[in-house]
Amino acid sequence: MMKNAKWKQYVTYLVLICCTVVFTVLGSMKQLPFSTLLQLESATIAMILAASLCLVVGFLGELSLGHAGFMCVGAFIGGKLSVILTDSGAYGGNELLIMLVCLVVGGIAAAICGVIIGLPALRLRGDYLAIVTLAFGEIVRSLFRNAPAEMFGGTLAMSTPRYDRNSLFIIGFILVLITVVIIQNFIRSKHGRAVTSIRDSEIAARATGINVTKYKLMVFTLSAFFAGIAGVLFSYSQFSVDSKKFDYNYSIQILVMVVLGGMGNIGGSLIAATAVVVLDTFLQKQLTGNLAVLKDMLYALVLIGLIVYRNAPALAGFREKVSIKNLMRNLSKHNPAKIHDDEAKWDRVPTKIHIDEVLSVDVQSKSPYTPDKQWKEEE
Amino acid sequence: MMAQTVLKIENLGISFGGLKAVQDLNLEIKEKQLYGLVGPNGAGKTTVFNMITGVYKPTTGSFYLNGENLTGKSQETINHKGIARTFQNIRLFNNMTVIRNVMVGLHNQPEYKCGLFTSLFRLPRHFKVEKEMRQRAKEILDVVGLLEERNNLACNLPYGKQRKLEIARALATNPKLLCLDEPAAGMNPQETQELMDIIRTIREQFNVTILLIEHDMKFVSGLCDELTVLNFGTVLAQGETKAALQDPEVIRAYIGG
Repeated sequence: MMKNAKWKQYVTYLVLICCTVVFTVLGSMKQLPFSTLLQLESATIAMILAASLCLVVGFLGELSLGHAGFMCVGAFIGGKLSVILTDSGAYGGNELLIMLVCLVVGGIAAAICGVIIGLPALRLRGDYLAIVTLAFGEIVRSLFRNAPAEMFGGTLAMSTPRYDRNSLFIIGFILVLITVVIIQNFIRSKHGRAVTSIRDSEIAARATGINVTKYKLMVFTLSAFFAGIAGVLFSYSQFSVDSKKFDYNYSIQILVMVVLGGMGNIGGSLIAATAVVVLDTFLQKQLTGNLAVLKDMLYALVLIGLIVYRNAPALAGFREKVSIKNLMRNLSKHNPAKIHDDEAKWDRVPTKIHIDEVLSVDVQSKSPYTPDKQWKEEE
Repeated sequence: MMAQTVLKIENLGISFGGLKAVQDLNLEIKEKQLYGLVGPNGAGKTTVFNMITGVYKPTTGSFYLNGENLTGKSQETINHKGIARTFQNIRLFNNMTVIRNVMVGLHNQPEYKCGLFTSLFRLPRHFKVEKEMRQRAKEILDVVGLLEERNNLACNLPYGKQRKLEIARALATNPKLLCLDEPAAGMNPQETQELMDIIRTIREQFNVTILLIEHDMKFVSGLCDELTVLNFGTVLAQGETKAALQDPEVIRAYIGG
């Protein structure tokens, strides 16, 4: 049992390392087609974004709709710096070294924005915080759009140095691994426990002496930092960075990754991020012309569909039948509902919340006496 | 030798708009005392708790813990100084296991200090602290009789056990004064009896002073050394439990007439 538990802890890391190795080998043998390389780059960026948003949505339980905004800051600041450093021939023109510096600077710039957005987050909850983060994302985007053209490209995109196509995805995978290790370690420490306690009951957390202010800021900063890094990586995967990319729809797309992956489940978010990227590229090819609008609508539909599925009374029996928990129970005697906490030396995080709790959606399906039902009976 | 005063409340009062919820409350709790705060519904008992734990800022008066003025301090600071509480309507960390609930309580103890950097990079100190916290949490759970339940999610516990878990979590913050808001509410007679024993054990083992709100008179008279009876935010009677409960004013407030 204990051996089993210990091994499970590192599954995410192992899968990631395997992917890195397999794709690196395939890439060096020139076996990968051009389109796959591009998809791998997008997938690594999406994975970093999903893992970092998972921290805010899944573990702090706050809804952030401005994640693309943090990415935007990272992309423009990091991209600009890489242009400057490349032109001036700093670090002997060593591209990798320049990239490292840009990653750190872009991340820090986004983290500072994370602090700025974290401050109102201390006073706001739920829908109101979502509105503030949404506004933040849009403000950042239009700031970069309206900045002097010679600085950030203005309405035209800012051109950035494109990194070697055959090796950028390897750097991407390494960054994903670093992101996941740090976020997992944070969540599995006493600090992560404090964060989840704030999510479950802020009042009780305060009464238990948890410094809510400190931890909320910490989570927003950490999450923004990694979003910034994803932004820098994005700028390196493009010939130019256009602020159009970081719009509201992109933030929603990241949120969909987190929700699909199961909130508070980093491994799930990574899988969902990859799936969404693959689906997105596929749809982009299929839906052309006026149909392109449908692609953006799809994500909203997925979110609505998930909430309905989780709550619809008519589907209760079906949910029971197909739930992974029950399937697992049937497959083995192991009962996943029971968490063997101290059998594992490490800290698994047995915490899951649902999207409707974060969206503060009151579907009211749990009680059969919904207002409209009574009204119908009166008729 | 006279026991030391742990909590001293002086002229404490709060008003919400025109409503004076609590007025001119004075009381003094000695070390290791079991002190009761009783009164009919809406008398302002929970408001007193909210004031001394920093949820509300009192409009008048002040309170002192071991001589230190804590009036107007934040909830976190007051908890660090040594006042812990439970809630009338249970507020646990529902999506976390029982043992983790207690470990959150241990978070601020100086012996389990562990910086963010240490945690992010899993230095040896991280593992040592986690192990010690887990051990300590188990000891505390054993006292309230929840050791067997430690790996269940808090929301899956029956009502009575959730109340005990709240006490365990409050105890984990190593308080000097433990405030229990209706600890026996919703418990059957047998559970209530168990709880009385637990509270006595806690007082001995953790060296803690206990202030409790309760409606169950059998519970109060069986447990508390001294009482304050509140009605409409003012003190009706104060003193030895037996004498205070036999006060004609108190009987009138409770039974009417």
